[in-house]
Amino acid sequence: MPAEAFHEWLRREGRIVIVGASLAGLRAAETLRAEGFAGPLTMIGDEPYEPYDRPPLSKAALLGMASPDHTELPRRRDIDATWRLGVAAAGLDMAARRVRLADGEEVPYDRLLIATGVHARPWPKEDEAQLDGVFVLRTRDDAVRLHRRMKGPPRRVLIIGAGFTGSEIASACRNQGIAVTVAERAGAPLVGALGGVIGAVAAELHRENGVDLRTGVMVTGLEGDVTGRVRAAHLSDGSVVETDVVVVSLGATRNTDWLEGSGLGAGPRGIACDAGCRAFDFRGIVTDDIYVAGDVARSPHPLFGYQFLSLEHWGNAVAQAEVAAHNMISAGADRRPHMWVPAFWSSQFGVNIKSVGVPSMGEEVMITQGSLTERRFVGVYGYQGRVIAAVSFDNTRWLEFYQRLIETGAPFPVEFTTVDRRPEGRKPVPADFPDPSLPTHGPTVTLSGYSPADRQLVFTPARH
Amino acid sequence: MTHASLLHRITDYANRANPYPLYEELRKTPVLHEEEDGPYVVSSYYDILGLLHDPRVSSDATNLTAAGADELSGPEATGLPPSFIRLDPPEHDRLRRIANSSFGPPHRPDRIDSMSGELSGIITELVDGFGDARQIDVVDQFAYPFPVTVICRLLGVPREDEPRFRAWVDPIVAALDPETRQRTDDDFQRAAQEARMQLGMYLAGLVEQRTKEPRDDLLSDLAASHGADGTMSMMEVLSTAVLLLIAGHETTVNLITNGMLTLLRHPEYLHRLREDPGLSVRIVEELLRYEPPVQLVPQRTCVADIDLRGVTIPKGSRIWLMLAAGNRDPERFRDPDRFDPDREDIEHLGFGSGIHICFGAPLARREAQLALAELTRRLDNPRLVEDPPPYRKNAVLRGPRHLNIAIDSVRS
Repeated sequence: MPAEAFHEWLRREGRIVIVGASLAGLRAAETLRAEGFAGPLTMIGDEPYEPYDRPPLSKAALLGMASPDHTELPRRRDIDATWRLGVAAAGLDMAARRVRLADGEEVPYDRLLIATGVHARPWPKEDEAQLDGVFVLRTRDDAVRLHRRMKGPPRRVLIIGAGFTGSEIASACRNQGIAVTVAERAGAPLVGALGGVIGAVAAELHRENGVDLRTGVMVTGLEGDVTGRVRAAHLSDGSVVETDVVVVSLGATRNTDWLEGSGLGAGPRGIACDAGCRAFDFRGIVTDDIYVAGDVARSPHPLFGYQFLSLEHWGNAVAQAEVAAHNMISAGADRRPHMWVPAFWSSQFGVNIKSVGVPSMGEEVMITQGSLTERRFVGVYGYQGRVIAAVSFDNTRWLEFYQRLIETGAPFPVEFTTVDRRPEGRKPVPADFPDPSLPTHGPTVTLSGYSPADRQLVFTPARH
Repeated sequence: MTHASLLHRITDYANRANPYPLYEELRKTPVLHEEEDGPYVVSSYYDILGLLHDPRVSSDATNLTAAGADELSGPEATGLPPSFIRLDPPEHDRLRRIANSSFGPPHRPDRIDSMSGELSGIITELVDGFGDARQIDVVDQFAYPFPVTVICRLLGVPREDEPRFRAWVDPIVAALDPETRQRTDDDFQRAAQEARMQLGMYLAGLVEQRTKEPRDDLLSDLAASHGADGTMSMMEVLSTAVLLLIAGHETTVNLITNGMLTLLRHPEYLHRLREDPGLSVRIVEELLRYEPPVQLVPQRTCVADIDLRGVTIPKGSRIWLMLAAGNRDPERFRDPDRFDPDREDIEHLGFGSGIHICFGAPLARREAQLALAELTRRLDNPRLVEDPPPYRKNAVLRGPRHLNIAIDSVRS
């Protein structure tokens, strides 16, 4: 069949299967229908719920401002799909074009989209992770369980890892007057994502809001009482934290186990794909019938040296899903590359934090607007003489401008005058990212391309 | 040049009723600079959006070089410091944040929501006041008194003082009009400054009262905010109050009037709105794109050279952002000259964008939605008496001065 006729047939009656029924999967399905795909569509999700929104789970839901089991994603349109919820995908037969489900059933496809996302990295010691009162926070069920326990209220919450999720949970605890200890291996919160200069501001935020912040320490073990409830944590500096709720916030792991042995280029860092979201097989050859989108995808980004980026960003999931869906049913010349500029936001201790670009690539940072001491500022990151990223604390509305600087490869340091430029921002300073060969909670943005240091980034569980 | 400059034609009253063909012409020169000490005029959607988010663009008139100096600014001239709309961060952020703490989220997320009943009450009263008239002036009988009453109640300004502050507001608003500014001499500017001070003094009396006996209004909240932490000085309170009082009604009157005019020119939407008051949300958003009450922002200046579409706007230049032209930029909106409340993609510049995005937007939206839905419901067979209607002088805050419509009856 000639390509044109094939795509016409595909749009009309091809079978499309989407594995992963969350944000990326849903938006892809909606885009397929919006662009005229009329064939059968199957949505496979391992959770029993229709797609829901995750950002509120560590923010509004923990504050009791939204119910964790009512954060459904708004629908853009009816997608007329067969839903296979509560059953995980268990295998992929690329040659026969079939997805195997955990219940043994097989679903054939002409085009497959993989949007399986990530799961929270659990506490590495299994018996300790089983203790009552030890939580992770990624899914709606996690949020419901944690929310219920927070209403207790607990005497003290221990959060392991001060990345974005850990910091947001700490903020929610303090907001409700719950005593909280945060243990972080690096020298400050958010260091992996934003570096030590900005991390120091985050540390002040924690401490001023009454968080017992311990940096430069590891949690070496969790201890339960006779009933199997967690009662204390042991830290690498020899101290002990009495606690009845532990939230493990050590980042996430990509959901690719089910693809083992399939021949797809899938591993712990995600599924490699080209800029058009087509997955690579393990030989590095691009497929044309398997696409990936969202947190699980690793794709080359031209703005960032064609490094393969995997991004756990809400906006990225949406943008990538739209591109993948479009390309799945389009012939070569009509396809589009996914060139989304990384951006994410967080809300903690009453401060809105937003970033664009890839801060963790930054060598130096300069404060171009506002002031670190006032904790309202814009910081710009430079990499090899170019602007590579920017972060704002309570200054979100300026970031569009900095995104344009990143997109156009504007020179760094930033020389021009701006409103609200202070003396402290006239000179760049080292951004102070930790040595990437040392394990940490892992940055939200994981650079995993041609970078020897990055390839060293291995999570090493703490041991006694 | 054989004909009047494009900018003069735009500010020329003769073209007030339909400036859109001129805007189309303007967009052909996306960065227009017609006269040596004149402004750089930017008219394309993406350029305007970019500049609204550009930290090299300042709202503080003291950054202008002498050639473009702005007589309306300096504190010596007016006796009142500039309000936050004419300030840059960090002062802007501080003042706007304090003002917002009595107006919006996170501190008062329900302030506007909780006013809905009150707004409806005011609307009902005004429409009932039409009596059994067969012809009404939408502006004088509704679109002006409605937002004035609302902002008076919100701030805590006695409604019966309206004629007093009207006398001060008019010269202040007139001074915003670029044509007036170009044409008139210093006396005119001085009159505006004098009026602003008078209005400030009038409000000072009310603020003093509220300091002693606080009530549930914005003046009381603002008065309470200058305290031990020195967050807002008395003068800053007055500047803010002047700004809110003026901005709180001078724009909404145009939004409502432009809305009725547009609906009468597009009767299919008038009918649909009558059937479905919920459609007012989409109608008002499209109105803000199609006929924005604030047509242009003439009060920006740049603190560094800015390169835009091959033109260097030198440091210290005045920049005009033509919001209404950007709103009809075909590069951004499909079929931009069509009034189409059903369009999905409607991210207009009607309220601006960036840190100065309209402070009162939630209130303005709600006022216009309720007003248009209710007028449509209660006016039986409304028709335009003249089209186009006579316009107000102002090119910045553009809208009809009168909107006479004939009706068969006022429904109950």
